[in-house]
Amino acid sequence: MTDILMPALSPTMEEGTLTKWHIKAGDTVSAGQVIAEIETDKATMEVEAVDEGEVLEILVAEGSENVKVNTPIARLAGEDSAPAPAPKAEAPKAEAAPAAAAAPAAPKVELRDPEIPADAKLVKTTVRDALRDAMAEEMRRDDRVFLIGEEVAQYQGAYKVSRDLLQEFGERRVIDTPITEHGFAGLGVGAAMAGLKPIVEFMTFNFAMQAIDHIINSAAKTLYMSGGQIRADIVFRGPNGAASRVGAQHSQDYSAWYAQIPGLKVIAPYDAADAKGLLKAAIRDPNPVVFLEHEMLYGTEFDVPEGDDYVLPIGKAKVRREGKDVTITAHARMVGFALQAAEKLAEEGIEAEVIDLRTLRPLDHETIVESVKKTSRLVSAEEGWGPMGVGAEVVARVIEHAFDYLDAPPLRVHQEDVPLPYAANLEVLSLPGVDKIIAAVKKVMA
Amino acid sequence: MAKAAAHKSSSSADDTKIPNTPQASKEDLLRFYREMVLIRRFEERAGQLYGMGLIGGFCHLYIGQEAVAVGVQESVKQGHDKIITGYRDHGHMLAAGMDPNAVMAELTGRIGGSSKGKGGSMHMFDTATGFYGGHGIVGAQVALGTGLAFAGKYRGDDSVSFVYFGDGASNQGQVYESFNMAQLWKLPAIYIIENNQYAMGTSIERSSSTTELYMRGASFGIPGEQVDGMDVLAVRDATARAVKRAREGGGPYILEVKTYRYRGHSMSDPAKYRTKEEVDEVKKTRDPIDHLKMLLAAAKATEEELKAIDNEVKAIVAEAVQFAQESPEPDPSELYTDVYVEA
Repeated sequence: MTDILMPALSPTMEEGTLTKWHIKAGDTVSAGQVIAEIETDKATMEVEAVDEGEVLEILVAEGSENVKVNTPIARLAGEDSAPAPAPKAEAPKAEAAPAAAAAPAAPKVELRDPEIPADAKLVKTTVRDALRDAMAEEMRRDDRVFLIGEEVAQYQGAYKVSRDLLQEFGERRVIDTPITEHGFAGLGVGAAMAGLKPIVEFMTFNFAMQAIDHIINSAAKTLYMSGGQIRADIVFRGPNGAASRVGAQHSQDYSAWYAQIPGLKVIAPYDAADAKGLLKAAIRDPNPVVFLEHEMLYGTEFDVPEGDDYVLPIGKAKVRREGKDVTITAHARMVGFALQAAEKLAEEGIEAEVIDLRTLRPLDHETIVESVKKTSRLVSAEEGWGPMGVGAEVVARVIEHAFDYLDAPPLRVHQEDVPLPYAANLEVLSLPGVDKIIAAVKKVMA
Repeated sequence: MAKAAAHKSSSSADDTKIPNTPQASKEDLLRFYREMVLIRRFEERAGQLYGMGLIGGFCHLYIGQEAVAVGVQESVKQGHDKIITGYRDHGHMLAAGMDPNAVMAELTGRIGGSSKGKGGSMHMFDTATGFYGGHGIVGAQVALGTGLAFAGKYRGDDSVSFVYFGDGASNQGQVYESFNMAQLWKLPAIYIIENNQYAMGTSIERSSSTTELYMRGASFGIPGEQVDGMDVLAVRDATARAVKRAREGGGPYILEVKTYRYRGHSMSDPAKYRTKEEVDEVKKTRDPIDHLKMLLAAAKATEEELKAIDNEVKAIVAEAVQFAQESPEPDPSELYTDVYVEA
């Protein structure tokens, strides 16, 4: 017998919906034959058989949702009793590793958000849909807002963040570009100078390096160089940082790069409510905003207040967990790891305060400094490299404003100082996660 | 169709209503004369102020290229259309109608400058005249200008974007990214390649595998033509045809305007890459102001009329120089203004 396993059809796929079987028990399949259709968070894909033989049994019924990758979905008669690899077999998943394990599930420990009115109805929403809703609401509100980028329209977004926007707003306002980052970023800035409010989507911020001249030289500096005459009211958004097993050129965190530039605002949200409230704020803000999303969070569900007027202030950090012993700062995906680390530390009697930076420029150092004055200890956590990084800036500000309150040298948790490796085990070793945060906290507590 | 004034074209913008033999009234010619002489005298004084240490940094003069900006400007609907250029921008700004005092004071880094002294020679803007800079990164203005055209089409307002760049910028990759999108979306962009034959110190023959820059849009289906940039009427008419086409939804057009800069690339360039004889030959035989003077003579303009304009321009430039020296430096409090728009 050979089991056919639920395949992983994208680098970050954890589960999917088995939308259709093309085979039934008793059929004989041949290698390469399309046997099923599977819907992932990005697309519906056909699955081909790898082995041949008679179908003994369908194990997972058509229409089943949330089928985990590597679950047996059908059984073939065959010579070998060992499970065959999934049609697109993946390298062993480092499931116990902190980086891979923590992504999908929202930590249970989240505080009720004080910014969300007590009577607000909360709706479970993925980060992906929260971003989409933010764009759709702002596009309904203001005709000057449009979305431009690669695959944003007909394909519905490379990560499905722009799903249904073309259907609602049409080709005038949801615009597929050629693969031409430098060009369409410049075109977007020019349109912004002329008074429109473009949302420029980069398929990933890794590709935006081709466009960084326009983000910095054209968008960030023009207001100043024109003595206040010409503004670039524009949002650059897209996934930033490491996804999963996509290697060095597709896995860089640009937080520190953009956060250094006067004239830019830089936002890196963690949960869906912040993603929505801050993207809406970014679109309404008259300045150029770099909005850093995280691919590994797109599919994660969080509570989001219902309604189309949930707009958050830019430049405000959020205390996600209160604690008296140590302050942990984090942004984007690292917030989830920091919260998990805090839960484990609590089991050992260490109460960590977790601050979600949310906005990197302007950085809300008052919230950080106030926290450190209480806890006297600081660990910063970021996904990017350490040298000249976000953590370096956080530590410098704390030393400047709360030096006398510190009981231990602050520590930074960050990616190892190497390009991100592809091999699963090396990738895990390179990226920061729960264990590294816990180790750093214990060190500053020692 | 009769042959256009522009002598080469890959596909000319067809408009039989615009005469193919350049024609201009005496009044028009006198206006062109005033604008071209203003640019030349202004730039000469800017060069002097640079030598006196009153202008800092880089300063790229437009002398020799005056007929281009003045000829193109005839098609600009001020306050409706948009203009964008690179770092050699003083001439475009004066032609666009910007206040010479504000331009000169920006060169000297004073509060009366068009950017309050915070932009400098390469970074000036003026929303009132539709002038969107003044960009110091070679080629960046081409993508930005394509975005200005995009905004016009998005709004459906029939405005046109005039995008100036040089033979040097025409080798930047983003120029072709922009061409592709402009033609794909039929954007109202007029790409004006001011081919002054030298990208800083590198002649076009040494930098470009093909030197017929009007053909550079061919692989995208963008028509182009070569224009004598030393003849203000040729520039005016070629631009008018391209602009009419763009306003009617015909999409982008390339004008390769053959011109020549008399001075070095910037004030610090000794121009050793070309001979003095080459420069003198152009000055003697192709000077755009001398050419215009011949047209004026044919139109029966008098010496007195030209002299009056010369004196008027002299006074304007003198006033600009005085203003640029008397305007104070920006207050230290300006250091932190205009970084962000207050939301």
